[in-house]
Amino acid sequence: MAGLITMDDLSNDEILSILEDAERLLPVAEGKLYLPLLQGKILGNLFFEPSTRTRMSFETAMKRLGGDVVNLGDVKTSSVVKGETLFDTIQMVDGYTDIIAMRHPRQGAAQYAQDAARVPILNGGDGAGHHPTQTMLDLFTIKQAHGTLEGLKVILAGDLRYGRTVHSLSHALTRFGCELIFASPELLRMPREIVEDLSSHGANITETEDLLASLGDADVVYMTRIQKERFADEDEYTKVAGAYKLHASNLEDTKEKMIIMHPLPRVDEIHPSVDKTRHARYFQQAFNGVVARMALLCRLLGVTVPKDVHAIGGEL
Amino acid sequence: MSQEHNMRRVTAIRNGTVIDHIPSGQAMRVLEMLNINKSTAVPVSMVMNVPSKKMGTKDIIKVEDRELTQDELNRLALVAPEAHVAIIRAYTVAEKMTIEVGEEVINVVRCTFSNCITTNSREPLSHRLRVVSKEPLTLRCHYCDRPQDLEKLIGNLL
Repeated sequence: MAGLITMDDLSNDEILSILEDAERLLPVAEGKLYLPLLQGKILGNLFFEPSTRTRMSFETAMKRLGGDVVNLGDVKTSSVVKGETLFDTIQMVDGYTDIIAMRHPRQGAAQYAQDAARVPILNGGDGAGHHPTQTMLDLFTIKQAHGTLEGLKVILAGDLRYGRTVHSLSHALTRFGCELIFASPELLRMPREIVEDLSSHGANITETEDLLASLGDADVVYMTRIQKERFADEDEYTKVAGAYKLHASNLEDTKEKMIIMHPLPRVDEIHPSVDKTRHARYFQQAFNGVVARMALLCRLLGVTVPKDVHAIGGEL
Repeated sequence: MSQEHNMRRVTAIRNGTVIDHIPSGQAMRVLEMLNINKSTAVPVSMVMNVPSKKMGTKDIIKVEDRELTQDELNRLALVAPEAHVAIIRAYTVAEKMTIEVGEEVINVVRCTFSNCITTNSREPLSHRLRVVSKEPLTLRCHYCDRPQDLEKLIGNLL
């Protein structure tokens, strides 16, 4: 396996196998067990645009496994500002590191970097393109809650037009036979080309503007942030966005095991009253970014995660 | 007017290449894509907008003393996918060639998506478009995976 640029680089079996590795690595991610599987390995973190969770969770994942990290740092003070091409930057970092995690504002940058590099590239987001490590942590969170990825009823809600997270996730869920409900305002509907592509792959899709009416039999509700700047005026935003907010009082007639996810940061689409309910899973989801990325780092570096991590790991 | 009449509009060539069935108005672009210009220093004849049974009207190019290669011809897939090509030796057709669309179109055109990494002209890797379907011709950028609008692509020739 070279790198991870899009979810198409992984078969369903590979996805499940990496998620099993992630499950075994949980005590390491939680800091309860020291397992230096990646000792002597160096991750290059190349974030050409801002990132908090993705960059930090890659760094944490590498360090929890005994590896080290070098960072590009602030783009404004790096050689990028002097006009260095991505190709040249990659040539340099390729020589310094064993694997590269990258986010770049231009679409296609991750594939470009992979073609230029000798080491594997992990795509941490390329423009409006792909964000497969986010999809892996989302799938891990869903499987952790339901024990399976197959046949679930998943609502994707909010801004479905611009969010690369929901685009990648809906493709992956379709591969596992999930039923999808797209709940969004008309202006922010899932792009037609994506709906058509999903349908051609056998997706069972319902589109609605009524999020609350759909909650009753959902297994997963995946919320996203609706941004004010997408609307012509603030009144329109207030009117529309109000229909895509969850409060604890909306969750009374939902399934016992239904989970609410969000890629974060949230603004007010999930009221703090939801945080205390059994359904809230977004902070767990953010933590799962570490464990999913640990499993991906091992897989791409060709390091096998032992079946019994306790047998060789040291208790902390 | 007959096919024969079209061919007689310009003199028959002794040796070289005849490219027939070029869509009307595309002959100049074909020459450009084949890098045939003043510096090539071979005689070139061109007819435009002549009648064609198959296409309504068409363009024809005759390049003397130069046999175009299959690779050169394949560059024409975007503007003249139906073109017929004949290699002429001693006034007779020695070889017939057709344009073949391969798996990829490499370094012929630039991706049309404005935010693709390849829009930075200083980036040195090849411009690569993946052929998703040959009929109708459908292409996607190897890097950003965006589907390509063929009309716009023609304006992005390298």
